[in-house]
Parts: sequence; C-alpha cells; structure tokens
Amino acid sequence: MATFVLAPHSLSPATRLKDAAAVAFIALLLGIPMIGLTTVDSGGALQIATRWPTLLIFVGIAFAGRLVLRYGIDQFKAHQLTRERSSAATAAAALADSSGRTAKPALTWVAWAALGVALTLPIFFADNRYVVDTATTVLIYVMLGWGLNVVVGLAGLLDLGYVAFYAVGAYTYAILGTQFGWGFWEALPVAGAMAALFGVLLGWPTLRLRGDYLAIVTLGFGEIIRVILVNWTELSGGPNGIASIPRPTFFGLELKPPGDDPTFSSFFGIEYSPIHRLIFLYYLILALALLTNLFVSRMRKLPIGRAWEAIREDEIACKAMGINARNVKLSAFAIGAMLGGFAGVFFAARMGFISPESFTFSESAIILAIVVLGGMGSQLGVVLASLVLVLLPELGRDFAEYRMLLFGAAMVLIMVWKPGGILSHREPTLRYTADGDGK
Amino acid sequence: MMLQLSGVHAHYGSIHALHGVDVAVQVGEVVTLIGANGAGKSTLMMSIFGQPRASAGRIVFDGEDITALPTHDIARRGIALVPEGRRIFPRMTVLENLQMGAVLGEESNFAVDLKRMYTLFPILEERCTQSAGTLSGGEQQMLAIARALMSRPQLLLLDEPSLGLAPLYIKKIFQIIRELNREHGMTILLVEQNAHHALRVAHRGYVLQHGQIILSGTGSELLASPEVRAAYLEGAQTETAA
Repeated sequence: MATFVLAPHSLSPATRLKDAAAVAFIALLLGIPMIGLTTVDSGGALQIATRWPTLLIFVGIAFAGRLVLRYGIDQFKAHQLTRERSSAATAAAALADSSGRTAKPALTWVAWAALGVALTLPIFFADNRYVVDTATTVLIYVMLGWGLNVVVGLAGLLDLGYVAFYAVGAYTYAILGTQFGWGFWEALPVAGAMAALFGVLLGWPTLRLRGDYLAIVTLGFGEIIRVILVNWTELSGGPNGIASIPRPTFFGLELKPPGDDPTFSSFFGIEYSPIHRLIFLYYLILALALLTNLFVSRMRKLPIGRAWEAIREDEIACKAMGINARNVKLSAFAIGAMLGGFAGVFFAARMGFISPESFTFSESAIILAIVVLGGMGSQLGVVLASLVLVLLPELGRDFAEYRMLLFGAAMVLIMVWKPGGILSHREPTLRYTADGDGK
Repeated sequence: MMLQLSGVHAHYGSIHALHGVDVAVQVGEVVTLIGANGAGKSTLMMSIFGQPRASAGRIVFDGEDITALPTHDIARRGIALVPEGRRIFPRMTVLENLQMGAVLGEESNFAVDLKRMYTLFPILEERCTQSAGTLSGGEQQMLAIARALMSRPQLLLLDEPSLGLAPLYIKKIFQIIRELNREHGMTILLVEQNAHHALRVAHRGYVLQHGQIILSGTGSELLASPEVRAAYLEGAQTETAA
C-alpha cells in the first residue's frame, strides 16, 4: 500500500517552483485587467493607464506565497502522517493507557492556565470596559456550551433549540424581577427549575426520535418559544421586550452611584466607578460557569453521567442492561436546560433589557457550533471554541462585511483539520487501581 | 421452567416475522436456536426483550409474565443479553463498559465480579483502560459477554456470538459458553448460524424456519438428523475433522 501513498511533502524543489510559477501565471492573467490596467480621469475624459510595477509585485507575492503555503501545508501533512503512524504503532504494540497518560498533563496545564488568566483578567484590564465586557460574553457562551454539552456531547441528543431554555431562564427572571420585585439571587434557582421543567416538557415528545428527526423537532420547539414570546404581549412585552430588569447585587449591596441606601462602593469605602459593576458581572459569570463545570464533571463520574454516555453510544444495549432510557434522556434534557436557564438569568441581569431578538435560531446554532468545534463532550474544548467563535467576530470588526466570511472560514478550517473538534480526546471516568477495583 | 415462550408472534412493521413460536429453557440448560438467515432467530431473541414486542402469545420468565414489561424492566428480572453485533460502547473504556453492565447490581459486588471477569477473560484486564472500540472483533465479543455477566444474570441470551469472528475466536467463544454452563451453572439461550458448534455445546436445540419451529430435540439428535445435516451442516465434515 505504501507505494501508492501520495507523498506531497517529498516533492522536489523543481516541482515546487513549477507549481508556484503556474500560480504566478494565473495571478498575472488575472492581474492584467484588475491591477495592470486602471482608468484615470484626465480633464473629464477617462483614460487607461498602466501600472506594471504594481502588477509585478502582485505576481511576485503570489509566487512566494504559493511556495510558502505549499511548503507549510506539506510539512503539516508530513507531520500528521508520522504522528498517525507512530500512534498506530504504539496502539498496536502497547497498552493505550500510556498514550492516555501523555495526553493528559498538557491539557491539565492548559486548563489551569486558562483558569489563571480568567481569574486575573479584570486586574490587568481594570480600566478597559471593552475587554471585560467581551470576556463576560465569552463566559456566557462557555457556560451555555457546557450546558448544551450535557445534552449533545454526553447524551448524544442533537438539540437545535437550546436557546429556548436560555430564553425561559431570562424571561422568568425578567418577569419575577420587574413584576414581583424578586432579586437576582432568589430568582436564580426558580428560573433554573423553570428551564428544567421546560426541558422535560419539550424532551418528552422527542424521546423516540433520534438524529436528524430529533434535530428538526427541537429546532421547532426553539422557534415556538420565540414566537410565543413575540406574541404573548401581556406576559413578555412582545417584540418590545422587558426593560429595567433589576441588576444583581453583591450580598444585598447594589452596584450603583452612591445614594440613600448603602451601596457597594460606600460600604467598602471606595470611590464609585461604573467599571465595578462590569467587573462584578464578570466574576459572577465566571463563578457560575465554574460551578457549571464542576457540576457537570461530577455528574459525568456518577452512574447517571455514565448512563448518558452509554445512551449516546448504544441505546438498545443500554435498555438491555436494565437502564431506563426515558429517564436518562429526560434527566439530560432537564439538566442541560437548567444550566441554560441559569445563563439566561445572568444574561437578563447583565443587559437589564431582553427581547425575543436575543433568542433567535442563530444563537442556538452558535452554541451548538461551540460544542461541536470544541469536540463533543470535551469541557476544555468548549472554552477554546467559545474563545474562537466570540473573539473572531469581535476582532473581525475592522473587516466590516468580511467578518462573517472570516467566521465561516475559521469553522471550516477547524472541521477540516480537526474533524473531531479541537479537543476530541475523551477522559475516562474511571481510573484503574492495582487492587482490582475500579474506583 | 426458567423461560417459556408460548405461541409468540412478532412483527417488524408489516413483516410477520414469528408465527406462533414455542420455546422452553430449563434451569441449567444450554438451548440453541438454529436456522438460516432471516428465519427469525434474532427476532425471537429480541422479542423476549420486547424489541419488537410480541403481538400475540406469552413469554413467562421464572413464573412471571414478562410479555408486556418495558425492556429495562425485563433486564432487571435477571436476563442479560449479548446482542447481535456485540453493541459494546465504543468510545468508553473497557472498564466503563463492564461498569455499565453492573449498573443494576450491588456496588459491593463490583470488585468481586470484575475480578471474576478478568479471570475468565484475561485479555480484558490487559485492555481495561483502552476504549472498547479499539479492541479486535473477538475481544469485543468477550467484552460483550463479560458486560452481560456483570449483572449476575439468571439467564444469558447470546445472539450470534460467533458472527464475523476468526475461527480461533469462534472456538474460544464456544469454550467459554461451555465453561460458563458446566462450571458456573449458567442457563444460556444461544442463537447461532454456526449450527455445528452450537448443537455440540447445547443440551437441546430448536430449528427455526420462516418464523416457525420445524424441528426440536437434543443437541446430538439434531446433529444426527438428516434434515439438519442437509440444511445447516453442509460442509461441516471438514470442521469436525479439524
């Protein structure tokens, strides 16, 4: 077989030059009308002028660029090939746990580094609203990604309507807060429970569905919730949304300019600054996200978490083992929805205003993309994918209308290079100990 | 009587797959169902688990009518299945697969049962941290059997355990079936295309054709029967020699 393998990385320099020359020639052909010739306005009449030096530079760039690109891709492929070969060799020769152990420390290191950066970020950017605000957005998506990961990554139920639970959480808090005067902390568990209830209600009819069919039905449910929010004006304010939603407090201390009641700044005797609230919101979502992560990692190691994964792997085998597939799936829906609901509460509290426009299908799609790009089931992968998917459009603001193009290209590139997601390595939930029991 | 199927009919959509089948399994027996492709062997096996549910007839296990019970409740009565095509959980490790098998059992039994499985299938101990999907077909079949045994079942259903395995592994699988029955007293219902091996290990056998039992008897009777030899044991002579 080896003789038939195409090995682009072992091309001779002459072939590479020929290849680059061909590209340069095409660039020349394209460049003559587009760059080489230009129109100039001379005294009211259009005249054609030539720009041969510019064209020459353009062709030169194409030539050199092609050489570098080709070389880079080939090196990458060669590297991948050797890695595949060596990993195949080790898998055949030795126990897989040795490779499992080498993969782990690097990832743990990345995870701790990410946590360190997340914890200290507001200290370094205390005067930069934009950075803190964007980081908060990233963390909302991280939390949503971890929530959806339970449903899609662990239980393997393709849910395209996850934004519905985000909306249920946000609206529950908005209504409780504006109509009944509830605070953030009282509303948080109630809104989570409400979202979990909706998770069960919407999960129930889909129990017999799988794959594409499940995706279509959940997509429909997501839209139903949004359409209800648009049309049930008395409850949700319709398209106008709900405004002046109460802000979260720091143990009862409000983060606002000093007034009659003690505020955060007056209580601690520091000068009031509007950024305090942003930093507080940042740490709040960081805490919520970390709790989510802890909760989900813990669940994964419990029998219910292992049952989620087993259902993803093979439902019939699960049933034959005595697992009640209905309950397992509903619990995944409920817990995923609850976490989405928590994120929704935070979203409403942060914005102070919500409307159905924030809960469109494209939100669901982005959250799902985060889970898939991150590597289904991988917690750290969700963080990396959120960074990419939130920061890319932000960084791309300078490119105006090319922004979404950049975004799409990044998604395609990730899927081409890493079809299993950025981190597709699955961490076993059980470690084997020498005395024979698997605890 | 451990398991008794009487007059069981089953459908796959509009296909009438079983036409009133009677099968009985006694405690401590190995019973085999043989028949050609599409005879309804696997349907019969799965209908015990309610997948598909028997549309007529009764399935009684240990004195209790289980015909209408949900699949997971049937499993909880003490029946374990080694499904056709093994159906292990490929992305979970070998150890996690075994733990899924023990999900109903007492937690205190887990360590003992795990040791028992590792003695029975030493290869699983070697591979315990590997994802199950990376095992060879024969190893996966062992894992599927071990996973089923982890629940300490009273009755073990084996659906085509030799399917797609190398001859060496087929031999090994049947050795294990024999060992489980003779030394551990396990009651086994075995569906097989490999009629020769199946009848040799089984106390009794049934021959299924077009969804009906056309012949039954002890393993050696069926092995000697001219109809069985003509229909299912053509070319088996060479295997006997080997």
